[in-house]
Amino acid sequence: MDLNTITEVARPKTREDVPTWRDGDAWLGGGTWLFSEPQNRLTRLIDIGALGWEPLRASATGLEIAATCTIAKLDALAVPVEWIAAPLIGQCCRAFLASFKIWNTATVGGNLCMSLPAGPMISLTAALDGVCTIWSADGSERRVPVGDFVKGPLSNVLKADELLRRIDIPAAALIRRTAFRQISLAKVGRSAALLIGTFDPPTGEFVLTVTASTPRPMKFSFNNLPSGHELRARIEREIPANGYYDDIHGAPEWRRHMTLHFAEEIRNELAEQAR
Amino acid sequence: MTFQINGKSFPDTPKAGQCLRTFLRQLGWFGVKKGCDAGDCGACTVYLDGEPVHSCLVPAFRAEGREVTTIEGLANFNGLGNELHPMQRAFLDAQGFQCGFCTAGMIMTAASLNQAQRADLGAALKGNLCRCTGYRAIDDAIAGVRNVEDAEPGAACGHNTPAPAGPDVVTGKARFTLDVAPEGLLHMKLARSPHPHARIRAIDKSEALAVPGVQAVFTYEDAPQTLFSSARHEVLGTDPPDTLVLDRTVRFIGQRFAAVVADSEAAAEEGCRRLKVDYEILPAVFDPDEALRDGAPMIHDLDPGKALADPRRNLVAEVHGDVGDVEAGFAASNAIHEGTYYVPRVQHAHLETLCAIGWVDDDGRLNVRASTQVPFLTRRELARVFGLDETKVRVFCERVGGGFGAKQEMLSEDVVALAALRLKRPVKLEFTREEQFTAATTRHPMRVKVKIGAKRDGTLSAMQMHVVANTGAYGNHGGPVLHHACSEAISVYACANKKVDGYAAYTNTVPAGAFRGYGLPQTLFAVESAIDEVARVIGMDPLEFRRRNVVKPGQPMIGAEESPPDVIFGSYGLDQCIDLVDAAMKRGDGDKPPSPDWLVGEGTALTMIDTVPPGGHYSDTTITLCADGGYDMTVGTAEFGNGTTTVHQQVAATALGTEPSNIHIRQSDSDHGGHDTGAYGSTGTVIAGRATQLAGEALREKLLAFAAESSKTARADCALAADAVTCGTRRIPLADLHSAAASAGIDLSATGTANGSPRSVAFNVQGFRVAVHPVSGEIRILKSVQAADAGTVINPMQCRAQVEGGVAQALGAAMFEEVVVDDRGRVTTASFRAYHLPAFADIPRTEVLFAKTTDKLGPYGAKSMSESPYNPVAAALGNAIRDATGVRFYRLPFKPDRIFGQIAK
Repeated sequence: MDLNTITEVARPKTREDVPTWRDGDAWLGGGTWLFSEPQNRLTRLIDIGALGWEPLRASATGLEIAATCTIAKLDALAVPVEWIAAPLIGQCCRAFLASFKIWNTATVGGNLCMSLPAGPMISLTAALDGVCTIWSADGSERRVPVGDFVKGPLSNVLKADELLRRIDIPAAALIRRTAFRQISLAKVGRSAALLIGTFDPPTGEFVLTVTASTPRPMKFSFNNLPSGHELRARIEREIPANGYYDDIHGAPEWRRHMTLHFAEEIRNELAEQAR
Repeated sequence: MTFQINGKSFPDTPKAGQCLRTFLRQLGWFGVKKGCDAGDCGACTVYLDGEPVHSCLVPAFRAEGREVTTIEGLANFNGLGNELHPMQRAFLDAQGFQCGFCTAGMIMTAASLNQAQRADLGAALKGNLCRCTGYRAIDDAIAGVRNVEDAEPGAACGHNTPAPAGPDVVTGKARFTLDVAPEGLLHMKLARSPHPHARIRAIDKSEALAVPGVQAVFTYEDAPQTLFSSARHEVLGTDPPDTLVLDRTVRFIGQRFAAVVADSEAAAEEGCRRLKVDYEILPAVFDPDEALRDGAPMIHDLDPGKALADPRRNLVAEVHGDVGDVEAGFAASNAIHEGTYYVPRVQHAHLETLCAIGWVDDDGRLNVRASTQVPFLTRRELARVFGLDETKVRVFCERVGGGFGAKQEMLSEDVVALAALRLKRPVKLEFTREEQFTAATTRHPMRVKVKIGAKRDGTLSAMQMHVVANTGAYGNHGGPVLHHACSEAISVYACANKKVDGYAAYTNTVPAGAFRGYGLPQTLFAVESAIDEVARVIGMDPLEFRRRNVVKPGQPMIGAEESPPDVIFGSYGLDQCIDLVDAAMKRGDGDKPPSPDWLVGEGTALTMIDTVPPGGHYSDTTITLCADGGYDMTVGTAEFGNGTTTVHQQVAATALGTEPSNIHIRQSDSDHGGHDTGAYGSTGTVIAGRATQLAGEALREKLLAFAAESSKTARADCALAADAVTCGTRRIPLADLHSAAASAGIDLSATGTANGSPRSVAFNVQGFRVAVHPVSGEIRILKSVQAADAGTVINPMQCRAQVEGGVAQALGAAMFEEVVVDDRGRVTTASFRAYHLPAFADIPRTEVLFAKTTDKLGPYGAKSMSESPYNPVAAALGNAIRDATGVRFYRLPFKPDRIFGQIAK
């Protein structure tokens, strides 16, 4: 929709060109959320698309995803064969409520910065040990794991004048076995629970990442594959019954029920593969 | 900046925060629609460098230097020339549209899909919402299925002739309400109340008027003091006069209290924000039972009247009736089911939001171009409210983007008229999608307590129903909806003992209004669930139980009261419908459950509906022979995806022995003369179609009489052919007949009138087989079948599509949709992201079967078939879930997060 209070768009080409933050500013990534709701307190957009960041860079150390990389580009990425965790990319892209057309515009960074429980790029990058690089206004940088980046619904560690630059996925996370479960109230609705399990055969480490059903991502790491009882007890301890997210996309008791159910399914699936 | 759009160069600069959608429309590309303005519906889909995007989410400046393609440029995209793009052709062949508002975006998306995406349309089309079709016809289009067929002259009825507007719809040329750009257009935005109940002490407009571009601010001080109802009915006084164009008291969060008119929407919005309002907050009530209690805040300080039962108790209407002795009936029952069922608010979600453009023409007449189902009734009420002679008001529509009852209402035209009359400039108002949820109308939420008793031998012994409807802050349609809710749901059963009590209450919430089914879907959910339960208890197949107890010709139809004498069995196909569904379910086909652990069950439900609303429903059609030998036809009824334009063409072509393409229709314009009550109550075919048939037959006689006389041939030797009259051996082309008549000063035209009485009854039976996941509570529909008794089916393809669309819309209400109002009266589900409309992936194919009947009353034996397919769906689904899980669910929608816990118990 038209954002009628916007009077100016800054389109910096370099970091030095980025204007000093002022009240009424908003970073413009893909714009797919900004333009989907009235934004009456905003007066200026700072378009980070013009900074020209390389969307994706795959190397021996891992995958570097620019905040401005579109979902479509990430989905289309051809990855080295040894990155067996890569199917998660497609699974998480398909967990978007938004259609493939939005993927042509929406960005990975935008999904993280929205910090909605159902943000599937949060699920993906949190499960794969992603680390955010954040640009501060003074020209410095800081790094924060994705799991800590999101604090709660529509809330994250970014200060107003800070900018998410990129997300790095370490190669070690991309060579783990994975299992994925997702559910929503409708077949192609917004996620009410999205769980990802990873299993590292050499070390036996098992990590379960719970998203969508909780206000922020929750990670449960085990040095070895836990028993069903151990896993459930750990989840129940760290996510109390009142710790599940409550909105129109799923009642909290159902999210809890599905979270525990999927956790066990994932544990079983990865246990099968571990044999 | 310079923009490349459909191969042309446009030097222009968009506003800083402008999205591509409005920029393209500003440049005249009206094929790009607004359905949601938030990226959810896909109606605005265009290509940027060949990639499909939702143009409402793309900042316009980002299109600079890139190739933009809209529906208008699709045929020429990839250098295909100016023919139709193959996907446009496919949508025409399959008739993959109804109202056509989503069609441009749907075609743009479908044309962009690769093979993998086409193999999974549920995923590929999740960003394209269609509210009319139920997606089957769209699926057909993408699969290359041809559904249309040609008709021989005079034999159009019964054939799948295509919609006359089809070529314009698929190319984006069809003009919907706002697809025009009048010179000097002003834009209106409405300031809305943040309080559920308050009296305005004062409004300070000064800051708003100071906003550059703001032309005027209208408040209660400027509005006429004539009370009216936004609901539109033929008989004035059917609905309570409790509404003002702008009121000093606000009665729900979202009620408009001021209108700001400016040179741009941006200035009008800013003007709204700058209004300073001094409110006196009043106590509010949100629950209808509480509203009816003694001491509840009074919402309307009005006197009781014909359409207003007791405003001091917030009682808009009540219904009471009984026959026999229900207590004795229950005492004699072997099985009784009693339950309280609840149907929440749902929204019509027509993709074209409410909108209108009003202006005063050079003759001083008020013109309103509106998105309406009732142009004639709106003209009449505008004239009354503004104290104008009816001849000084014109209301019309071209193509309307969906209605479903929501546009049997005057919610935008009045305030636009106020501004146009004052400012003497064209003024536009367009509801946002958010306003559709917070400030338009919804289905009436109803709590329905039902008690049904049966004897072991399968006799229905007693039926009792108690209904409380929440009509919201204004009473529009509250009374008639309640009466309808208390009629056919009960009267479809022959039972000696019945008792019905119904109440419609004001509350401080968004008003409820007319919505497909008009109260019946709510009570039917309760009654048909209870019928199912009772049949189970006595151990009888629910369809067999219904077969024994449904009303049959010769029996009285008794709901809260006996049906008026003008309701007759013009035909009866309920028995056939029951048998058709029974056989289809027993066939055992359909999808298999996803895995063996899913719980599987079957359920059915039925509905009866009067083919015409009570109280008179009028329609005039005029058909005129034109100089070129074709026919010009004016009909009052509006086209909003109901397909009646096609039917009118077929009916007229049949009466006149010609091809449908020889009938040129002009419609829904009060300036065409005559009267039309409107396209509501499923009347587009039965009433307006009847008028068309009469006009066609009268013109046929007139043509033959004139030809006989002028050729000196016996009338019996004259016959009308597709393009000529044969008089004995002589053939007079119709063009020649026209010129002969013109020289003789004879006008070869005829008018037909239908008045909507007597009326018949139509029937539908729905069957589902479902699988329910025992852990998640997810539902998969394995089979869906609906049998319909529509009398003679004039256009089987279209009638099937009406049934499918009704099933899909009802499945939305049964599985997903709810307008949630919080405990302060605020709507919290004001977007398609929070209010899930059924998408392609959500809707199964429905097998549609027609009973073979011919009605005594409708045109060529046809009956209505637009509302009723919706009615039995929720109950049939609930009954199937009950069969699968052993649990009865009393509340819609049946969502997994409500189902899972009950199964676990």
